[in-house]
Amino acid sequence: MISLNVNGQAHSIDVEPETPLLWVLRDTLGLTGTKYCCGIGECGACTVHVQGKPVLSCQVEVQEMAGKQITTIEGLGGPLADAIRRAWIEEDAPQCGYCQPGQIMTAAALLASKPHPTDADIDAAMSAVLCRCGTYPQIRRAVRRAAGR
Amino acid sequence: MPEQIVDLQRRYFLKVSALAGVGLLVGCGWGAGAPSLSKAGNKRQALVPNAWIRIGEDDLVTVMVKHSEMGQGITTASAMIVAEELEVDWQKVRAEIAPADPAYKNPAMGIQATGGSTGVHTSWEVLRQAAAATRELLVAAAASTWGVAAKECRAVSGTIVHQPTSRSLRYRQLLEKAATLPLPQNPALKSHEQFKVIGKPFPRLDTRAKVYGFAEYGTDVRVPGMLTATVIHPPVLGGRVKSIDASEALKMPGVRHVLPITAGVAVVADDFWRASKAAEAVKVSWDAPEENLRLSTERIRAHWADLAKTEGKRVRDQGSVDSAFAAAAKIVEAVYELPFQAHGCPEPMNCTVQIHDGVCDIWVPTQNQGSTQAIAAKVAGLGVDAVRVHTTFLGGGFGRRFSVDFVAEAVELAKQMKAPVKVIWSREEDIRNDHFRPASYQAVRAALAADGAIKAFWHRLVGPNEVDSIVEILVPAIIPDWVPRPIKNGASKAVIPVGKYAMSAKYATTHAGTVGYAIDNVRVEYINDNPGVPVGPWRAVYNTRHAFVVESFMDEIAAASGKDPFQMRYDLLKNAPKLRTVLELAATKAGWGTRLPEGIHRGIALDEFDGTSVAMVAEVSVNGKGVVKVHRIVAAVDCGTVINPKIVEAQISGGIAFGLTATIKSAITIKDGRAEQGNFHDFPLLRMNEMPEVEVYTVPSTAAPTGIGEIGVPPVAPAVANAVAAATGKRVRSLPIRPRDLI
Repeated sequence: MISLNVNGQAHSIDVEPETPLLWVLRDTLGLTGTKYCCGIGECGACTVHVQGKPVLSCQVEVQEMAGKQITTIEGLGGPLADAIRRAWIEEDAPQCGYCQPGQIMTAAALLASKPHPTDADIDAAMSAVLCRCGTYPQIRRAVRRAAGR
Repeated sequence: MPEQIVDLQRRYFLKVSALAGVGLLVGCGWGAGAPSLSKAGNKRQALVPNAWIRIGEDDLVTVMVKHSEMGQGITTASAMIVAEELEVDWQKVRAEIAPADPAYKNPAMGIQATGGSTGVHTSWEVLRQAAAATRELLVAAAASTWGVAAKECRAVSGTIVHQPTSRSLRYRQLLEKAATLPLPQNPALKSHEQFKVIGKPFPRLDTRAKVYGFAEYGTDVRVPGMLTATVIHPPVLGGRVKSIDASEALKMPGVRHVLPITAGVAVVADDFWRASKAAEAVKVSWDAPEENLRLSTERIRAHWADLAKTEGKRVRDQGSVDSAFAAAAKIVEAVYELPFQAHGCPEPMNCTVQIHDGVCDIWVPTQNQGSTQAIAAKVAGLGVDAVRVHTTFLGGGFGRRFSVDFVAEAVELAKQMKAPVKVIWSREEDIRNDHFRPASYQAVRAALAADGAIKAFWHRLVGPNEVDSIVEILVPAIIPDWVPRPIKNGASKAVIPVGKYAMSAKYATTHAGTVGYAIDNVRVEYINDNPGVPVGPWRAVYNTRHAFVVESFMDEIAAASGKDPFQMRYDLLKNAPKLRTVLELAATKAGWGTRLPEGIHRGIALDEFDGTSVAMVAEVSVNGKGVVKVHRIVAAVDCGTVINPKIVEAQISGGIAFGLTATIKSAITIKDGRAEQGNFHDFPLLRMNEMPEVEVYTVPSTAAPTGIGEIGVPPVAPAVANAVAAATGKRVRSLPIRPRDLI
């Protein structure tokens, strides 16, 4: 049994300890907002927060997560999250939307550590998440808007 | 309890009430409180005047959308068209993806499917009519309630107002009355000057679900008692399972079954991770066709280079091409090559199936409900009516989800398992088993007069025709199984609108030769050769290969005749006013001819796709290592009436990103009979730090709207390649552009 804290809730998980966090979230806990896309840490769609830092959930084993605070798109809240979602809605950032949980988790981590990012900061941080629909211009605008620019 | 419907037309009652709750509801919730996805199957009363509109006693209007939502914005566009003519506030509008039903056939395809940028232009008239008729019906209901003349009543914001007395009734108060009246025929449609919704940047209906993470995609579907499977496909194209050693895999925790299916080997487990770990432990030996083992990009290329020396089928032959070349003062010629391309949908192919009590339920992110239903019925051994298709959101489509290969294998597996099964492909299976955008080998030649005028244009194209595969997919859904194959092939020409092009080579060469340019003598030849690599439609289909070749070659001609690439195109477009307008608009907005910062150079290109014209100017620099950086792309678009300018902009800028991946990043190459690439490390997609600034301008128009989802792709590669030539003097004749070719 592995003890996990996800979105403020404690869970006891009975899976192979090397199972990637992604699949525990999706298949064991039913938190399907976190997406599977590449499985090799290239695309960023599976980004969650562990202790407030962005982590690729397909690249970490669930056993490493015991006792840590995990936040997924479903549990992302607070004034910064509200500002980001509002900006995403105002810019109509998503197209297909599949990568957007990863985009939003990455943006939230960026703005938490750098509330006033430059355009270069935004590009550097957000280049971690692929978007095949190419919503990059809209995401750039949404991050700027969420940062109050 | 089924929804209680106040039905106007019995057949819609049967259809909609039977199907209520199966479609994907796209909630608006704009500015509302906690996020929630309301289900269609509530128990409230609803007025269902036709197949497209449902008005609930909660005052909400639900628009049935005959297309899949893969990010192109069709749910929002459809709802906007209805909101306009029905006079309802945006906050009151919802959209629902229609279930598989003949009422929702795409008239451009003869089947219920999404593709070819047909969504808006095939919905425009029908939704306006449906909404306007409903509005007139509600006016009639109010007039009858008050005993006044209908012409004294007006629809305003979900209310009918009796103007002389200022009395009003909300739509929800008129449902019962309206249900007793006939649906008005030939309703009056608004003029463009009266539009309050069309042409405005209304917020998309699906954004909220997508930013909270509760939008449901195929991979998110859960059915009670469901097993999760993954499929190992033959590594070599055309391979078949010879033997399976699953002894190690079956010892692994949570693994239920390892079994052969038609498409390969299925590994069934309690969840995806266990299935995919077990799949790595399964040892499969495969039989593969001998000739496929040697298949490679180099061999295909060499074969096509030989074929290109032979004459192809003349799909266009206009004027006197031979004599024009004989009399030419100068001949310009070149060979261009394009690789196979993967779709790289972010959501890997997947499908969930449950077969029980003679009914087959399918939850699938599909662009093709019609073929999904047909193939599932065939594999499950059920009638088409016993197959219910529940379309989820699509995590990318781009043409890949027009195919139904992943549906067939999931149905086969669910039938064998006698349990609900969700099949998810790994990313590697997804890329290696894609139905690729065909590679091609294209020779072009132009005859120039002494003054540089183009006297003749000749284009010979070698490569597979993805329309063959589209027809393969569509025919079973349209023509019954018992029809013998030769008759079927013939009949499909008549039955499938697209077939009338598909069966000739003409469609495969749409726009090849010229794009609206006034050239008297033109010949286009096509040599259809499929080396055995699965191909299919890829965003913008044929246009991506033709636009690159034709628009790059136009710049080669301009260089050979000392002309400005913009001016030469402008002069040649004297008979193509739409293209000429977008060309001029893009050039003006980009400041064509003005000075740029040191090291930055411009390229221009244009294309049209089913009535939508686009021109682009790219600003590009190339560093000392040959690395191309695209700084800015200015696009001008004429897509007729713009429904939502934000969606038009997003589709064009998204198309540019999609096109740039193929232009400067990635390709699929074949070696030893298999795709060499398998994930985003070796098939890299464009990242944000590589995305140029994009400006999109639309030409004001009151013409009927045309599609916008695909045309953003084709002009990108030639515009960038033309800018690269301006920057380096080196002509790009194959993609993706490789730094080593530019130094």
